[in-house]
Amino acid sequence: MRGLDRRQLAGLAVLLVLACALPFLVANYRVFQITLVLAYAIALLGLNMLTGYNGQISLGHGAFYAIGAYTAAILMDKAGWPYWATIPVAGAVCFVAGFLFGLPALRLEGLYLALATFALGVAMPQILKHKSIEEWTGGVQGIVIVKPDAPAWTGLSQDQWLYFFCLAWVLLLFVLGWNLLRGRVGRAMVAIRDQPIAAQAMGVNTAMVKSLTFGVSALYTGIAGALGAIAVQFVAPDSFSFFLSITLLTGVVIGGLASISGAFFGAVFIQFIPNIADEISKAAPWAIYGIVLIAFMYTMPTGVAGFVRIARARLARRRGGSTVR
Amino acid sequence: MNQLLHQVLSGLATGGIYASVALALVMIYQATHLVNFAQGEMAMFATYIAWALIQVGVPYWWAFAITVAGAFVLGVAVERIIVRPVENSPILALVIVFIALLVIFNSVAGWIFTYTIKPFPSPFPAEPLFGNRFMSSHEIGSMTITLVVLLLLFAFFRFTPLGLAMRAAAQNPVSSRLVGIRVGWMLALGWGLAAAIGAIAGIMVAPTVFLEPNMMGGILLYAFAGALLGGIDSPGGAVLGGFIVGVLENVVGTYVGSELKLTLALVVIIGVLVVKPSGLFGKVHVVRV
Repeated sequence: MRGLDRRQLAGLAVLLVLACALPFLVANYRVFQITLVLAYAIALLGLNMLTGYNGQISLGHGAFYAIGAYTAAILMDKAGWPYWATIPVAGAVCFVAGFLFGLPALRLEGLYLALATFALGVAMPQILKHKSIEEWTGGVQGIVIVKPDAPAWTGLSQDQWLYFFCLAWVLLLFVLGWNLLRGRVGRAMVAIRDQPIAAQAMGVNTAMVKSLTFGVSALYTGIAGALGAIAVQFVAPDSFSFFLSITLLTGVVIGGLASISGAFFGAVFIQFIPNIADEISKAAPWAIYGIVLIAFMYTMPTGVAGFVRIARARLARRRGGSTVR
Repeated sequence: MNQLLHQVLSGLATGGIYASVALALVMIYQATHLVNFAQGEMAMFATYIAWALIQVGVPYWWAFAITVAGAFVLGVAVERIIVRPVENSPILALVIVFIALLVIFNSVAGWIFTYTIKPFPSPFPAEPLFGNRFMSSHEIGSMTITLVVLLLLFAFFRFTPLGLAMRAAAQNPVSSRLVGIRVGWMLALGWGLAAAIGAIAGIMVAPTVFLEPNMMGGILLYAFAGALLGGIDSPGGAVLGGFIVGVLENVVGTYVGSELKLTLALVVIIGVLVVKPSGLFGKVHVVRV
């Protein structure tokens, strides 16, 4: 965790303590919802690596979320694997899928990549329904997963245990992601986004970094999909429609492009706003997503995380200024 | 053999729809180098307006004309109000705005008109024309209308001063401004025309796919495939690409299975982008370093 001062580390520690206390303070259903927030946060960090840091637009990340979810579900349901063992496999499968999709995508810039991933996102539910793999995927019906029990020694409820399980993955993946994005690779990613030709001239292997970013991004999203599937206990093709990809994109934009902490703001938004808006009309959540997307692009292109950063900087300046005077 | 012929012909009919939407996409791409992801949803919304007009008793062709004019105004308004302020932003911001438009049109249509599937009337007689066995009269009629629209557009761009001004504004905005063309308004007009073409495509396809907020999702994807196949900066190519994709979709749907129709579009898109990104008739994209 390079680049953090003592105050920030203390803040993170407080947050972690709060996160550990949370499941004992709220009802089981809320715990379940917050577990999904954690899963979304991982997916958003993954998409943000690709879109925010590396500048490759993906409108089809719901597809990788789906692949991760299905990998976990099939391994648990058909092969009888324990739930915890399926997560790394889901990540690995998605890494390969993302890397392979990233290879042809290398030749595509901006708009064309958006088109190709758009097609992937739209076509995914149909692929999952196809009868040649129905034996594995359960076709339109999908797969029902058994919710894992907490180990007896913990004395936790199923929801609480799953929450801690997800929290552990969040910690692991965010620390790894932090180090990746703040280090040499992360700088190469940003350089490719901003000045591809200059980056190449400086000796960055553009092709390799781009397709690896695609792979790692898919890995994160796939792990999130697997965690989400275990929490929801169900996978079906139509829960992974194109609108899931839009949801993820919305989360990234709201949290803040090219920001790590933004993933949490975005995840809270995409988990809770639809629930609230659903009470107005079935269509309302999407209308709100659309309006919020445009509003953020006009007024706050750096998202909530950027807004917090600016506000903190202003506050610090004001405080600093007054002591000097 | 008969079956194949039948599939090819009805593929041409749906291909005409894809060609129209592809052409609408290409028009906006030529002028701004952007792809309007909301094109399909705007067409869907216009089709709902036509449906509502017909419901209250407006004669079919009047409803048709009012809707196309309304779609034109809508397209101009979207360009002036929503797209204009972010015109010079990075491509990511623009894609996000287009996706937002897609979501907004989709959800507003669902909100106002509900998500139940509605039948949409066809203006053409139910019996096949001229006693032919291969194409329904709606297929022939919609194909004719598509072709007429394409011809009118060609004539507009080729023979009218306004069409010339629009082409100039798309090709060289700076010089056009110097000779007195209002480039901003030409772009808005382009958006209006694209929306009007989309509306016609929506009205023509609605009797076959039925009217619902998600009806254009697949069609937009095929239109993308068609536009890329023909070359995204070539209007003629996009039209041809739309027809090819329509025929391909129908033939593959019959002989391989209709569950993979959308996947076919995905394969076409990625295949074209990887093998020949400029498409069949597009200009090769050259970047100056």
